[in-house]
Amino acid sequence: MKTYRKITWPALLLLGVCLGGSVLMLRAVDKVRGKQGTLEDILYIRSSKALKRLSLGYSGLLADIYWTRAVQYFGTKHHQAEDVRYDLLYPLLDITTDLDPHLIVAYEFGSIFLSQPPPAGAGQPDKAAQLVEKGIRENPDHWRLYFTLGYIHYFDRKDYKAAQLAFQKGSEVPGAMSWMKIMAATMAQHAGESSTSMQIWRKLYETSEEPAIKQNAVQHFAALQVDEEVKELENRIRAYRERMGQDPAGWIDLVRVGLLRGIPRDPNGKPYLLMPDRTVQVQDPDKLPFITHGLPPERKKTKRP
Amino acid sequence: MPAIEILGITKSYTVGFFRNKLRTALQPLNLTVAEGETFGFLGPNGAGKTTTLKILMGIVFPTSGEARILGHHFHDPEIKKKVGFLPEQPYFYDYLSAPELLDYYAQLSGVAKEQRRKRIPEMLARVGLPDVGKMQLRKFSKGMLQRVGIAQAIIHDPKIVFLDEPMSGLDPIGRREIRELILGLKQEGRTVFFSTHILSDAEALCDRVGVIHKGVLRGIGVVEDLKSQNADKSEIVWHGAHALNAVKEMLEQTHVTGETVRAVVQTTNLDAVLEKLRRERARLLSVTPLHGTLEDYFVAHTSEKETVQR
Amino acid sequence: MISRLSAITFNTFREAVRDRVLYNLILFVLLLVATAPLFGQISIGLDRLILINVGLSAMSLFGIVIAILVGIGLVSKEIDKKTLYTILSRPVRRWEFIAGKYLGLVMTLAANACLMAAGFYLALLVTAHGFQRADAGLFVAIYFIILQFCIMTAITLLFSSFSTPIFSAIFAFALFVIGTFAEDLRNFAALSHGPARWLVTAVAYMVPNFSALNVISQVAHDVPVSGSLILYNTLYAVLYSAAATSAAVLIFERRNLK
Repeated sequence: MKTYRKITWPALLLLGVCLGGSVLMLRAVDKVRGKQGTLEDILYIRSSKALKRLSLGYSGLLADIYWTRAVQYFGTKHHQAEDVRYDLLYPLLDITTDLDPHLIVAYEFGSIFLSQPPPAGAGQPDKAAQLVEKGIRENPDHWRLYFTLGYIHYFDRKDYKAAQLAFQKGSEVPGAMSWMKIMAATMAQHAGESSTSMQIWRKLYETSEEPAIKQNAVQHFAALQVDEEVKELENRIRAYRERMGQDPAGWIDLVRVGLLRGIPRDPNGKPYLLMPDRTVQVQDPDKLPFITHGLPPERKKTKRP
Repeated sequence: MPAIEILGITKSYTVGFFRNKLRTALQPLNLTVAEGETFGFLGPNGAGKTTTLKILMGIVFPTSGEARILGHHFHDPEIKKKVGFLPEQPYFYDYLSAPELLDYYAQLSGVAKEQRRKRIPEMLARVGLPDVGKMQLRKFSKGMLQRVGIAQAIIHDPKIVFLDEPMSGLDPIGRREIRELILGLKQEGRTVFFSTHILSDAEALCDRVGVIHKGVLRGIGVVEDLKSQNADKSEIVWHGAHALNAVKEMLEQTHVTGETVRAVVQTTNLDAVLEKLRRERARLLSVTPLHGTLEDYFVAHTSEKETVQR
Repeated sequence: MISRLSAITFNTFREAVRDRVLYNLILFVLLLVATAPLFGQISIGLDRLILINVGLSAMSLFGIVIAILVGIGLVSKEIDKKTLYTILSRPVRRWEFIAGKYLGLVMTLAANACLMAAGFYLALLVTAHGFQRADAGLFVAIYFIILQFCIMTAITLLFSSFSTPIFSAIFAFALFVIGTFAEDLRNFAALSHGPARWLVTAVAYMVPNFSALNVISQVAHDVPVSGSLILYNTLYAVLYSAAATSAAVLIFERRNLK
């Protein structure tokens, strides 16, 4: 049936163009709102009680929404210095866990990023501990939270006694992994030692499901490795000097006298650099955040273990 | 140029739960109406009259076929400036007053502001509603609404006016008044196409009529001719279908319902037919002379059984 | 074309007014009056904050409700009541009808919003005993609310062109709620994996972006809205509304009316 519809093609064209245009505009709007948008509500509504009422009973859903926003904002940006609003992290997590006290990942993720010093984290270990303790209160069966608590006490607050206590209490929770007890014992004996730290990072990597946390743990583990290796390499360089009476020209010299078995490489596979002043540096410091040794002079900062 | 040309318009609907059955509302319809003619579109309820009008107005789309109005394609919006339509049992925006409605509709039909201002009171007076003022349409009676309907159909001075059952639901006085209005339209030289199932109105007003039944146009012609088709005829009704064969050649039209046969026969053949029927032991029920009314023509073409023979 | 379009637009506006749609303004005023006692009880800095939040949120919500309640009937009511027959028998194109209805309802909502804004500014004047410079920033929030109305009306019009009022209302309201969380939906989409990701992303971009149009909290805290956001939001609203209205036209052009 032939009809007289002259409007069909223009309308179809308009529909397509406008729909496409609206998507483009959407992306433009997102870019403009980007930093501010997702965090807006946190900025203005700080009361979890009010939020709970506003959510009309769907507080769990609202918690998920807040959580997703947190991950989007902090999870993807945390390693870029910029002007990340870390001061909002604690209120955000506090509200999220008020809305849904059983959102374990919020306690775990949140506390780790809360406690780490800037620019990687908010640098608020006390608040982090507070958060985890709340998590433990609401979820006494989750022994992993004790692990997180112990971690915070150990690394960021350097309170080895408290760390040991946390691991101890955690090991007593039915269903806890046996290494919690070992951790407690190790803490009592070897607190502050690099190997203990590495153990904790490894365990964190193995037991966490959040990709951001896993990556964080890997980087810390690698950093500890680098620190150790750099120190050891510098020792070997000194040994060479003592033995041979002069500085080595390259790694190959050390290999020849049996001080090294091969060219030493960092965890990324890149060879370490033997500097003329007998120090060792890494080739690519940007790929190894958290290292304290092996940095070029302008990068040296007084920092964490 | 004919005012209205309907060229093979059909309309079918898919019905049934799986949309697999076809129900045909209109078989291919071919019809032409000349300018200035008053054409009556007759048929029982559900015959397809309203469907035809809706298709012409572009409210419903035909399954196939097309139509022309004053030489233009029937979907051409510009031609609608010359067309007026009154639907069956019309309903207008009840929050408007009659002058507001007419003003709105006239504006939509392209009437200039000055003309609107002049015509609206004239129109209201003409249809017999001079004093309705600001009263909202929701307070109008059925008869008043019908008149507003006619007013909106002609406010833009169209050449063709389509009316769907314009008398429906009116009391005798209302009907008389509408009839007068239609006569007025006719006298103004407009083409009037109206559908109805009230034969006396058609007889009184129309130049030509078409009879439609179950989606098929069954007869069309000048009123006088149709009426005289059945003059000098008689109608015989008898019981005993077996006798039909004996008298078939002498009959003009036959309708069989079970054992009962109703037939039309030339009065000159009447005695011969009756004699044959008696011999066949058919039981005679009635013999009626036909006086050539439109009703007879109508009934002849719209019976249920459809075994119409000529 | 223009005269037909404007005739339909103004008639739609007239219908809304006579249907006493604007009576919702009374409810709005009552609401403001009812919450006024709260202002005195809280510390001085916050009463303006609460007034802005309550006033603008009510303006937005009332308007959306009206957009839905009136919008669902824009087309379906005319079909049911057969008032459409005598319109279509005139030189009116079907698309003009749709466009006119749309513009008429948007006009009604804009008028509604303006009247509410006047009452709102009056209340602001009374509680704060004078205007602050920052009060001008509220205009942006009100403008964005009107943009929301444009989008919502187009959506309900689209549904009304093919669906029954009840379903239209449900779909429209659902889209409003989802649209309020549109940014979060896009976040979810960015975090998802596999084939589901394309589907969720497509949905996330088709859904109306009401989240970016809600700057009530922001203006309540006197944080200015960037000019580029105003521009992009305006373009977005225009494009989205045009798309929805075109779809409504495409559907309505083909419809066999009963």
